[in-house]
Amino acid sequence: MAIITYREALNQALREEMSRDDRVFLMGEEVAVYNGAYKVSKGLLEEFGEMRVVDTPITELGFAGVGVGAAMVGLRPIVEFMTWNFALLAIDQVVNAAAKMLYMSGGQYNMPMVFRGPNGAALQLSAQHSQAFESWLAHIPGLKVVTPGTPYDAKGLLKAAIRDDNPVIVLEGEMLYNTKGEVPEDDYIVPIGKADLKREGDHCSIITSGKMVLVAMNAADQLAKEGIRVDVVDLRTVRPMDIEAITTSVRKTNRAVVLEEGWEIAGIGAQVVDYVQRECFDDLDAPIIRVHQADVPMPYAKAIEKSAKPDVAKTIAAVKKVMYIN
Amino acid sequence: MAAKKKTDSKGLPGDADQRRALLHSMILQRRFEEKVGEAYALGKIGGFCHLYIGQEGVSTGVISMLRPDDYIITTYRDHGQALARGLTPRAIMAELFGRIDGCSRGKGGSMHLFDRHLNFLGGHGIVGGHVPIAAGVGFAIKYRGGDQVIACFMGESVVNTGAFHEALNMAALWKLPCLFIIENNKYGMGTAVERAAAIKDLSRRSEAYDGMHGEYVDGQDVFAVRESMERALETARRESKPVLLEIRTYRYMGHSMSDAVSGTYRTKAELDEYLKRDPINLLKARMLDAGDIAESDVAAMEQEIKATCQDAWDFADASPEPPLEALYEDVLVDTTS
Repeated sequence: MAIITYREALNQALREEMSRDDRVFLMGEEVAVYNGAYKVSKGLLEEFGEMRVVDTPITELGFAGVGVGAAMVGLRPIVEFMTWNFALLAIDQVVNAAAKMLYMSGGQYNMPMVFRGPNGAALQLSAQHSQAFESWLAHIPGLKVVTPGTPYDAKGLLKAAIRDDNPVIVLEGEMLYNTKGEVPEDDYIVPIGKADLKREGDHCSIITSGKMVLVAMNAADQLAKEGIRVDVVDLRTVRPMDIEAITTSVRKTNRAVVLEEGWEIAGIGAQVVDYVQRECFDDLDAPIIRVHQADVPMPYAKAIEKSAKPDVAKTIAAVKKVMYIN
Repeated sequence: MAAKKKTDSKGLPGDADQRRALLHSMILQRRFEEKVGEAYALGKIGGFCHLYIGQEGVSTGVISMLRPDDYIITTYRDHGQALARGLTPRAIMAELFGRIDGCSRGKGGSMHLFDRHLNFLGGHGIVGGHVPIAAGVGFAIKYRGGDQVIACFMGESVVNTGAFHEALNMAALWKLPCLFIIENNKYGMGTAVERAAAIKDLSRRSEAYDGMHGEYVDGQDVFAVRESMERALETARRESKPVLLEIRTYRYMGHSMSDAVSGTYRTKAELDEYLKRDPINLLKARMLDAGDIAESDVAAMEQEIKATCQDAWDFADASPEPPLEALYEDVLVDTTS
């Protein structure tokens, strides 16, 4: 199997799906002539032309709405946000239009479209460019929200999102684009709503998704050196969430750490904890601990930025705490 | 039906059948909404409900010029356009009553009337939000190489939103076949247009988008609206370019059912002045004066429409509420992945 980057995996997904279905088109800032702000759409303009790879003005609300309108009448738009921070300008189209059209039209207008782009913090981009929006988006009925953490999942989930007849949010990661992994060259999808057990262990479950999968795997490696074996449950989709995968793991390990990139209050982790307490109350040997971003806007200065982010050390500490290891 | 520039032997635009259809469409909207007002007072309709009374010349004038395969999108004040497009009074009334036979299965209500078969892309509740969606429909038409257009209705307060500018900019940039139709009824809820927009002639907003055609029209004269639409369609359909029409009209009722007809933001004297230029009366008078229609024809039309509206009410009243299991339907569609 070929080893490629997360960025190349997304590019393959776009190319394959645009070749398969001529109703699929990509629009956003710098996606065409510039080859994508993060080069995810590299080469697509040349291959598919300017009607299907569309550079937009800097007008998030506007072009997200163009995507909604095009989806209403039968096209399958992929709307790229240069980052999800900028998508806040377009949130009316995502929440009030895309997510609700099917429902408020009594089932007449489904929205086969994708909103995608990098989510969460990179390095020293400070407050307005370093936010993780999983829980904001997962809050909304009518959306699906996927958070691929590996190149394999990035390609498979993006392809599934493009083929889905509902609006799907794809949260990528700037810090993930250069990460590498095995990706099949043949056609495959990763089903939306299915978690993946990325690593098996019986002492504790780490439940996570997206960029934090790498953090969890790294933590698991280090814990293994101390003889601590953890399950790493990669949710892959945060709406709808694979509750069975979570409960199966927790019933096995009886302990859980929930790791997410975003803030604590009303975060994805809060929802995971709710499922666990409902389904696995008698299975737990310790309270669940959540690892997340510090409850502050992201600072610029290196050291305090680092301390604001969830990381390997915090994850290891959390696992030891739920295992009552000092 | 295309408007004819020349007048016929009666000295009126179009032909006799067309003119009757226009009058019928406008009276139907008026009587239907009077019935809606009654039903609201009786508690049969809930939530927000925005009546269109006074503006019928706009919906009828614009929509009578469209083809069945053209698209329409509008705001939450959507009963008039829906009727003019041919959604049945039964399906609309049932929707307003929150019943399963409503055009949106009782899920949308007054503000969200939809009909996929009529390319009626809905009433939308966020001021300005639907204007970029209209640009997207225009984009899809162009993408597929079609010659349809989309008519996007909006209140005059929309011209102050960012969404309006973003949509018109892209529509002009990409040459999309969009008709942006401002229904200037003078008030955004209770705020007069001159207290909200730093421009007097709203159609002049088109000048900001190189080469976009803009014009204003008297919305109380349905013939004038149709004439203007003929020019607009030539630009949108033949040249695939957007057009901005400001159609000046007036709403006789309050912003919504909780708003008094006149009060803090407008005077009764102003309302009375506009009532003198009622679009239905103006059309009727021209047709009567020209001998195009007799008083008895109008009376018969009124009678038939009255029965239609009562039938819509009875139908809606008899239609069941959505079953409880409908609550979780239509959130997502079943899909391949």
